[in-house]
Amino acid sequence: MSVKKLSKESLLNWVDEIISTKKKVYGVQKHKDKTDRFEFAPLDSTADLRLDYDVTVLPPKKYFQPPTETLVAFDLKGGYKAACDTEKFIVIGIHPYDMIAINQMDELFQKDNYDSHYMTRRNNATIIACDVATASKDIFASSMKTATVKKGYDILLTDIGNGYVAEAATKKGQLLLDKAKTEKASDADIKARQAVWENNEKNLNKHPLNCQPSEVSELLEKAYNHPVWEEKAKTCFSCGSCNQVCPTCYCFNVHDDMNWDLKSGDRKRTWDGCLLDGFTKVAPDHEFRAKKSDRFRHRLYRKGKYVPSKIGGQIACVGCGRCIGACLPDIANPVKVYNRLLEDTSAVKK
Amino acid sequence: MCECCGQDKDIYLPQLATVNKARMMNGTELYLNLSMDAEPLDYKPGQFVEVSIPGFGEAPISISSSPTQKGYFELVVRKIGNVTSMIHKLKIGDKIGIRGPFGNGCYPIEEAKGKNLVFICGGIGLVPQRSFINYVLDNRSDYGNITVLLGTKCHTQRFFHSELRQWSQRSDIRLLETVDEKDDCWQGNVGVVTTLIPKIESELGSAFTFICGPPVMYKFVIMALAEENVSRDRIFVNLERKMKCGVGKCGHCQINNFYVCVDGPVFRCSELAVAPEAI
Repeated sequence: MSVKKLSKESLLNWVDEIISTKKKVYGVQKHKDKTDRFEFAPLDSTADLRLDYDVTVLPPKKYFQPPTETLVAFDLKGGYKAACDTEKFIVIGIHPYDMIAINQMDELFQKDNYDSHYMTRRNNATIIACDVATASKDIFASSMKTATVKKGYDILLTDIGNGYVAEAATKKGQLLLDKAKTEKASDADIKARQAVWENNEKNLNKHPLNCQPSEVSELLEKAYNHPVWEEKAKTCFSCGSCNQVCPTCYCFNVHDDMNWDLKSGDRKRTWDGCLLDGFTKVAPDHEFRAKKSDRFRHRLYRKGKYVPSKIGGQIACVGCGRCIGACLPDIANPVKVYNRLLEDTSAVKK
Repeated sequence: MCECCGQDKDIYLPQLATVNKARMMNGTELYLNLSMDAEPLDYKPGQFVEVSIPGFGEAPISISSSPTQKGYFELVVRKIGNVTSMIHKLKIGDKIGIRGPFGNGCYPIEEAKGKNLVFICGGIGLVPQRSFINYVLDNRSDYGNITVLLGTKCHTQRFFHSELRQWSQRSDIRLLETVDEKDDCWQGNVGVVTTLIPKIESELGSAFTFICGPPVMYKFVIMALAEENVSRDRIFVNLERKMKCGVGKCGHCQINNFYVCVDGPVFRCSELAVAPEAI
């Protein structure tokens, strides 16, 4: 696949053309309500696209696993019909850490039992990723080795100052990139891109983790009864905000919604969160993970140990820092917890 | 195959089954005998199905029959929540949605061959255990002595009366029962199920022991077995958790690194050493 250079003007023209096709196009833009922040939303005008954004309020996972989606349509007589969302769409501006989160979800939704609802949407998506141009206030992607990405996208854009380097990684991406007015990327352009990558791999690091991400799983091995879980969870509201903004959280609830005719309805899945009280509650009122500290610990073990064991050791925290900003009592920062455990276990070693 | 995405199978799509028999077994337990309308249910002892009631949702229910019984499968459902209350309204001939069977952690049919088997059941913990007990009875010569310990709250909550009577009359299976609350109609043992453990006559140390009951029961039974020097790699527990998907995605049934729906519901106790949330 080819590596091209686009001037800033030809990028805008290209996006104009993409928008003018009938496909659904989503892109990063100013948040409609929280105007000092950014969001992925339907892109109506190229002028709205902000590839210089720092981080979006919600990750792009909402296009692959929507907050609410119908799995099965039913009627009360017992007829069931699988729902299927086959609309093709394009997402512009996914950062490397979010791309890596999507790559992890791809693996998890295909593993063991193939989830056709997620995968159909994933296969219908064309992803134009872009390297981070502005570091957000809580990003720690460098620590998590997620500041750059090598797969998953169809096209990767890198802002090198005087234009963008665009690399198509798939046939789908190549076909789309062919529509842009491009020139061959020069050696200097490739070098400039390399410099962006090297800078991001070092400097997207507002909360440095004091170990390799691959060592977290082993660290947690001995930390199950550490006092940090109780201490942090004391002020936890069990609001689940950390779950809702997380690009690697994919737990869901399933419930039935009746239609107005009271004869038919939809079985829907909605985002759920392991921090929420009731996540493990069964009738009649028995809750398996009733304590706040147990739920708080579960989230960080899931990110650092349980999910990694299913996806070849990759840590399921991509360092986007969204949970840090979303957590009102300011306890969600995974790095703070992992570093604290590191300090204590190295103190034990001494 | 799905017309729009071309996928062979939708893991969330229930298949229809017909209710052949439905009867109350006591005040709270409903017995259901079902047959799938299309492909018969190909299951192993220990597996479960998601029972679907349109408009109310799904509930994970253990299969109680043995796969040696062909053409039907049996469930026992306690009326306890929204979905199970609706299941209790089913009548003969009604259609019901079924997904499954689910669970890769089943009873160790092969490994248990030639061994003495002890089943320790608390209340409706008998329901999933019955699948393997009847499987063993249908393949009797493959297995050693069978002992079933059954603890029930009070004698009015007992169920499968005629089957329990048959077991107690057979010479190749030993049934010991107890109830927690004594009353005038009950002449047998009184006390929790662990009080029956010293009455097991066959050698316990080499036996395979299977536990299923309310969450509170496991700890005490495992402690009592430890006193009898039963090693944890010979103890199997059948666990339940909140479940939504049944296929290892939704996260509700997670116990540390395990999903009850795909890794269980039957676990070897020694494997749960890394899962402090389990028991």
